[in-house]
Order: sequence, then structure tokens, then C-alpha cells
Amino acid sequence: MPMLESLIDKIKTAVAPSPIACTACRTEFPAKQMKKALMVCPSCGQHLRMDARARIEATVDAGSFGELFSDLKSEDFFHFPGYADKLEKAEKLTGEQEAVVCGTALIGGNPCVLFVMDAQFIMASMGSVVGEKITRTFEYAAEHGLPVIGFTASGGARMQEGIVSLMQMAKVSGAVKQHSNAGNLYVTVLCDPTTGGVTASFAMQGDILIAEPGALIGFAGRRVVEQTTKTALPQNFQRAEFLLEHGFIDCIVPRAELPETLARLLRMHKKPATDIA
Amino acid sequence: MTAYEKLKAARASRRPTGAAYVEELFDSCIELHGDRRFGDDAAIVGGIGMLGDTPVTYIAIDRGTDIHSRMAKNFGCPKPEGYRKGLRLMKQAEKFGRPIICLVDTQGAFCGADAEERGQGEAIAENIMEMMDLHVPVISIIIGEGGSGGALALASANRVYMLENAVYSVISPEGCASILWKDSARVADAAEVLHITAADMKQYGIAEEIIAEDFRNFPAMCASLRTTLERDLAQMAELSPDQLQQTRYERFRKFGIFREA
Ligand SMILES: [Zn+2]
Repeated sequence: MPMLESLIDKIKTAVAPSPIACTACRTEFPAKQMKKALMVCPSCGQHLRMDARARIEATVDAGSFGELFSDLKSEDFFHFPGYADKLEKAEKLTGEQEAVVCGTALIGGNPCVLFVMDAQFIMASMGSVVGEKITRTFEYAAEHGLPVIGFTASGGARMQEGIVSLMQMAKVSGAVKQHSNAGNLYVTVLCDPTTGGVTASFAMQGDILIAEPGALIGFAGRRVVEQTTKTALPQNFQRAEFLLEHGFIDCIVPRAELPETLARLLRMHKKPATDIA
Repeated sequence: MTAYEKLKAARASRRPTGAAYVEELFDSCIELHGDRRFGDDAAIVGGIGMLGDTPVTYIAIDRGTDIHSRMAKNFGCPKPEGYRKGLRLMKQAEKFGRPIICLVDTQGAFCGADAEERGQGEAIAENIMEMMDLHVPVISIIIGEGGSGGALALASANRVYMLENAVYSVISPEGCASILWKDSARVADAAEVLHITAADMKQYGIAEEIIAEDFRNFPAMCASLRTTLERDLAQMAELSPDQLQQTRYERFRKFGIFREA
């Protein structure tokens, strides 16, 4: 039955995931292979962006993740042009309610609380929900004496929530400080891209700052900097390697080595007697 | 006045700058320079002065008054060393139990390559986090433009005042317009949707106080502002250092509008 066969073919091509092209060298790889390689280009080593769930799966001990604060949803309280639409599209695209996923997990057997930002969701800009979830993550961790591991990726504050989004920077910073004052560890993993108000708050407030190779990390956008400075910028400007050179991060760790590095750090900061539920 | 008219008023070149307020509000000021790390940013003026009978630490963003001082001050866009100077003076104030008064007036933190190299993001992040932990009273006054993180780095305070025509925004209305409509000329519309006015700040609890403007009688206006500052500092003097820190955290903790299932 040729008609049925062609229909099956059509379905097959529709269902088969399209190959993923490396953003640096443009080489295409089957989606399955790219995902197995943790979205690191097998040809040139470029670390491509990764969604929050894949990141969690690649980082924590299998089956150890327990999501927290997943029932918070953003509101278009300023009736900002296009915001309601943007939220709906982002939800459909990612299957997430917001741009950050939080929860408890074990890494190499070590308990911690995680927050993972997902740049696919409105560039993981920080509005009320992102700010609130991360604040609660630090409060929860402080209450239970647990370390926080934060994967940052963000375009900055969420313009659509106006000044309320700016205030999230101070809210989260206050929670980070309280968690820190209690002697708890906070490790930031700076992922591509970490910019604007997120760089200017909790991304830079970790006890230990790790970056992924090649990640863009900065405050102002490159184009704005170019217009302001009116000179050519070095090629690696605002890249992880540039920040390391200028003393603003502790180390660069390839994605495949992250779980082991984080496990070691967590082990070395273990408190003598914690009562972990 | 529309939001856009207020934006223009906030940016008006004849509007008093941070340094003018310092001179009018405080007596026997001693200016303190430098961040002890890299340099001295002229965009931020800081020091110790007397507010009535009380020594206070003041930190003011200053746009400058003529082309030379404006160039030297980067038109009031602070560099990392400016924020670090501010933080140094805040820590010093905390050591000596002095209240801190910040005067904020900036389009935003400076966006040059040198600022990025020296960690503009880190400098702002550090200021905000350390301000949330200060154990002395902090009052910030937005006297002109409160431009996003570059303003918040001196406004993570116990109380925030807005001048009548001052604005406070997460992004410049020009930037917002060019993102939203690919048309930076639609500034007026952007100013409207962003909610940037003093009345907006009061409504959303971002600012406690709106200060009436009367620049023709600037000394009188500042005398009244001084009375408001003294009133609030007297109230905060009742709080313990821990309570000052805790109530500041609670002030910011409540910000956020969302649904919870
Ligand atoms: Zn590649």
C-alpha cells in the first residue's frame, strides 16, 4: 500500500528529531549523539546551551532530584505588550512553567539544593517567579544547612515586569547573604550566556565561581560596550577564559567533568554534623 | 505630567546634581576618595558629614555640571571602582555605627570595555549583597534617574525616597523601545509601560516617600528633605543593628507578583 507507506515515511520524518548543528563550527550531528555528548560538539568541543532538565540529569545522581517550588507562575501584572504571549510560547517550547528549575539532589552522594536556569525560556530573564524560586532555594538550603549549586544562564532582568524585576536582584542577594552568613557553601556554575542583572547579583555571589568553557559572562551587552568604547574588543571578550584571565572566576570546568568537580567540592565542605532529612 | 515628561525632567541638565545635594544637606563635609583597589571614580562622591547633630556617611552619584566635569564623571555612569569606593565607605560607616545616605542619579553603570574588564557585574553584585547585610540605617534618595542595577547598587536601603519627577527603571526606556518595537523613538510609550514614575514606586512599595521638588528654592527644599531624613533616622535609631538588617531584608523579600497554585 504505497499511500500508507508514504504516510509512514512522512510520520517518521516528522517524529525523527532533526540534527543539531554546532553553533561554532556548524557541523551537524544527530540529536541523539549530541545529547549523549552532553551537547558538547564532538568535532570542536563547543559547549552548546542545554535545557534545565538535561542539565540536572547530567549532573545529579540518578533518581535523586526532588523538585521544589514548581507551582509558581508568572503574571502579566503591567499588561506589558506581548508578555502574556511570550510566557505562553515559552511554556510550550520548554514544557516548563518558568525559566528556573529548583530542587534537592545528591551529587556523588552529597546532598545539595540546586537551581538551574533555562535560557530557552524568555532568555531566562529574571522576573518575580525566577527571583522568588531562587530566594526560596537559598532559604530552604539555609534552613536545612545545605549547600546550593546554581547553574546560571540569563539575559538579565525581565523588562516585562518593570521595576519589580529589578527588585529581585536585591531580594535574591539578601537570601544568598543569609545562607552564607550561616556558613553554608554556594557554588555558581556560570553557563552561556550569563549577563545583565543576573551577573550583577547572584551569579557573582558564589563562594566558588566555576564557568563552562567559552561561556559568555558579562554585565553590558557586547554591542553596547563597542558603541561606548569605540574600539575593537578582543575576540574572547566576556568569555569564560577572559574572566579567568582578569581574576573574576575560580576555574573553567568542561561539562563532562562537572559532576565529579562538584562532588569533590561538596565533600570538602561537608559539615561535621548536619541533620539532613 | 506623563512618564516621558518626567523622564525628560529627571534628565534635565539644569537639575541639581548629587554634589549639590551633599553641599546643601550636610555640614562640615570631608570628602573621602578611592576604592583602595584601583582608582578613584569621580562619578561617585563620598564622605562624612553632619546631618544636624549626627555624623553620616554620604555617597552620591554625580553627573557633573559642565562639559569638563561631565566627561570626568562619565555623565554619572559609575565604574566598578566607583561602586567599590561606595562599598568601602559603607563598611566604614558600619564600623562606626554611622547612618548611610545615598543619592542616586544615573542612566546606569558605565558600559565601557574597561568597566567589564574590572568586573562591573561583580562590583554591583557585591554592593547589593553587602548592603543587604549592613547593620546601620541606610536611606537612598533617587534624585534624578535610577538606572537599573547601577542604581540598585546604591539603593538596597531600609528606605527609598523618590524626588517628585525622578524615575526608576529596570531598563532605559530607549533600550526598551528598541527591543519591543525596534524603534528607539517610541521612548514615550516605553516609559509608560515600564512604570517608572515616583507615584508608581510608591504604589508598588519600591519607595516610601515622594519628595516635592522646588529647585528655585533649593535650600528650602533641602531643609525640608533634611527634616524627613532626621525623622526617619530617629525612627530607625530605635532598632537594634540586627533589626536594621532584618527589616531591610524583609523590605526586599516581599517584592514579587506571581500566582501560586
Ligand atoms: Zn563544533
